[in-house]
Amino acid sequence: MELKDILSPQLVRLGVRAGDWRQAVMEAGRLLVAGGIATPRYVEAMIRTVETLGPYMVIAPGIAMPHARPEDGVSRTGLAFIRLDVPVAFGHGANDPVDLVIPLAAVNHDAHVMAMAQLAEQLSNPETLRRVREAKTPNEAWRALTGVEEGAGRG
Amino acid sequence: MRTLRIVTVCGMGFGTSLMLKIAVEGILRKHGIRAEVIAWDLGSVKGQPADVLVTSRDLERHLAGTPARLVLIDNLTDKAEIEQKLLPVLQALQHDGGQHGM
Repeated sequence: MELKDILSPQLVRLGVRAGDWRQAVMEAGRLLVAGGIATPRYVEAMIRTVETLGPYMVIAPGIAMPHARPEDGVSRTGLAFIRLDVPVAFGHGANDPVDLVIPLAAVNHDAHVMAMAQLAEQLSNPETLRRVREAKTPNEAWRALTGVEEGAGRG
Repeated sequence: MRTLRIVTVCGMGFGTSLMLKIAVEGILRKHGIRAEVIAWDLGSVKGQPADVLVTSRDLERHLAGTPARLVLIDNLTDKAEIEQKLLPVLQALQHDGGQHGM
């Protein structure tokens, strides 16, 4: 299961408005629900996880990867991606404020290993992040994030 | 010498800890260090044997009192940061292991 298999361009949204981190997670989670990946209960669980354990899921400067447990309402393994108009603080000591929110839903502990490795690799690349942050369309952001180049597959 | 056990820790055991596990395995391969790497959630990690816990700095307070060495990471996608913090700890442990004949 590769990154491009669990993140579809339809689940990428740019220019999202959120007043605080809760709204940001809600907006990101809304995409998981719309994509049939998780239930509204899962979105609440993601928020509760940040409330109980703290904002450790802000994995890198400006990037949050909220998630909860498979049993909190995951239908299939998937990711979504939103880019906020105005960054919000999660209360993380080193990586606030956050403008990129990538909610993760996983059906178990290991089906998404390869996709996570690819995501980590992509997010560690400054050029990828620049392209994601400057993208004008969701499709452009999706290509930058997944590494799928324009025209790929057309020969 | 026994195999070192490195546990990457996060709240759930498959999100950020999985990301860390992948990064740690890459660093071990690069330096030819043999160790077992497991991704665990905070609930499972208590009372389990581990030489090193690698986790987000933000979870430090949940791991207070662990006998394992703690490696605290700010940027979980930054392989250089993880390598810089983890490698000296592993080298020290390997050295100790040799000294005590473990």
